Amino acid sequence: MSAAPLRPPGRLARAWDSDIGYAFRRSPVAMLSTLVVLLAVGASVLAPWLAPQDPFDPTQLDLMDGMTPPLGTNEITGRTFWLGTDPQGRDLVSAILFGSRISLLVGFASVILSMAIGISAGLVAGYLGGRTDALVMRIADVQLSFPAILVALLVFGIFRGVVPPARQEEATLSVLILAIGLSNWAQYARTVRATTLVEKGKVYVEAARLIGLRPLAIMVKHVLPNVTGPVLVIATINLALAIIEEATLSFLGVGMPPTQPSLGTLIRVGQGYLFSGELWILAFPALALIVLSLAINLLGDWLRDALDPKLR
Amino acid sequence: MTAYILRTIGQGALVLLAVAFIAFSMFRFVGDPVANMMGQEATLADRAELSSRLGLDQPFPVQFLRFVRDAATGDFGISYRQGRPVATLIAERLPATVELAVLSALFASVAGVALGVYAAIRRRGIVAQGVMMLSLVGVSLPTFLIGIGLIYVFAVELRWLPSFGRGETVRLGWWSTGLLTASGLKSLVLPVLTLGFFQLTLIMRLTRAEMLEVMRSDFVRFARARGIPERTIELRHALRNTMIPVVTVAGLQLGSVVAFAIVTETVFQWPGLGALFVNAVQFADVPVMAAYLVFVGLVFVLVSLAVDLAYLAFDPRLRGTLAAR
Repeated sequence: MSAAPLRPPGRLARAWDSDIGYAFRRSPVAMLSTLVVLLAVGASVLAPWLAPQDPFDPTQLDLMDGMTPPLGTNEITGRTFWLGTDPQGRDLVSAILFGSRISLLVGFASVILSMAIGISAGLVAGYLGGRTDALVMRIADVQLSFPAILVALLVFGIFRGVVPPARQEEATLSVLILAIGLSNWAQYARTVRATTLVEKGKVYVEAARLIGLRPLAIMVKHVLPNVTGPVLVIATINLALAIIEEATLSFLGVGMPPTQPSLGTLIRVGQGYLFSGELWILAFPALALIVLSLAINLLGDWLRDALDPKLR
Repeated sequence: MTAYILRTIGQGALVLLAVAFIAFSMFRFVGDPVANMMGQEATLADRAELSSRLGLDQPFPVQFLRFVRDAATGDFGISYRQGRPVATLIAERLPATVELAVLSALFASVAGVALGVYAAIRRRGIVAQGVMMLSLVGVSLPTFLIGIGLIYVFAVELRWLPSFGRGETVRLGWWSTGLLTASGLKSLVLPVLTLGFFQLTLIMRLTRAEMLEVMRSDFVRFARARGIPERTIELRHALRNTMIPVVTVAGLQLGSVVAFAIVTETVFQWPGLGALFVNAVQFADVPVMAAYLVFVGLVFVLVSLAVDLAYLAFDPRLRGTLAAR
């Protein structure tokens, strides 16, 4: 047999063979929760094509379909709905697909926002040190001692006061992202600062400084790569928290409006029918929220253990 | 020690001042108080007159000082939405929130410490493992879903307990209490469980972890060698040493009690401060939002003071150190 020229393994193969990849293959919980998260993300991205109807479009809703129980056939229109409908005749499968779409969108966007704020604040504080450090970390402390939901509610209240009422509905989504993003950055800042403090004293950073690299370049190109692991862990757990925070805000009535429901809004609407026995309007969105956040949480827990060298 | 306490109070006052500044800035930048208080048909002269009567034509620092002075006497102005003094609104709703928060904190710490100690001593028992599993689920469930679940089981299906409101209350001076009537007590059960649950899981996990740690330490081994009964070691020697971190975290968590009270009060239509705040946020009612913010700040400061004093009670060594400082 002639030796076939060995192709260097591709990126994917290397990731598969790495320590993380190995830990992943050994953990059924990690694989299952990844599957759930991927399915949820896929389903909500493809919601406009997957969903039987567009729940945001009033012309597609038929009041006659209202209050159909799950798997039941509507007595008047003769249509069947897997998970039933709400009083407006909104198919719950579609509502949940579109609702998770909003929940995930808010979740991912706000996590990216918190990450951007937290990483830059942490890098600058850790690298510059001194007064900047003290100031940034003091703000982070205050932020951490105030519950995220309170901060988000305040941001939302200010938005209600500043933006004219006519434009509020369209801006709600961005304000939610802003409010949740602004209430969760401190953890990233702390972690990044701690790592930066350690890395900044190492020889390679000194070398980079000696060859005349600007501080910004050193921070981004040399120090930043060291924090990817911990930041990834925080981001995953943060994503679950952000999704729950969005659901809570929407449930409190300061989030997505009923015309554009997220999972939290659906639960808020469904709570009204708890007493009359139409349990499904509440139960299915709640179940979707629980499964989604639990899967992300478990994934985060696993990731933390897998990246922790002490536990290997 | 007096110096220590005084310094803690001084720091608290600084924090309160910062919170007051944020609250005051909201007045300045959110909405126009004059437009909010006067109708559409007010003339420019009327507006200018009201503006100067409210002191809005004065420089920012002067206005801020006035705000702090008024706030210190409990005067937060008039709610834009309800047209009544904010102080009255808060006084009306304070008892409901205080009873809810204190009872759930009590429930969470007693049950949490008891379950935590039990789970640490019988670490491998089925009950202990089950409790730990349940707490994991509890941590990842949103508060409002726990509340709705409890309502469904106990109010809709079993019909044992009411699902909203405070029931009948008795007035004691300006304080209205739900603790003296049967319906008031019944109404408290579900909200207290909902609000206490998150804290309970946290305190329990922490107590268990600390307890396991302490039970491995040397002084516990020596106590065993001296022949002290196991129960006494667990409950007197070990438990006392787990209390410091538990009190710290439980105290810091009181902030989340405030936050989760907002959610709990909304779920159970509880006529407390949290529900008032959510309404204020919906309608951008700045005076109420500002007052609530200052109130939360005050609670934080008082709680951290109480936590500091609790250290002294739990750890006699600190008394000496602090007295020396």
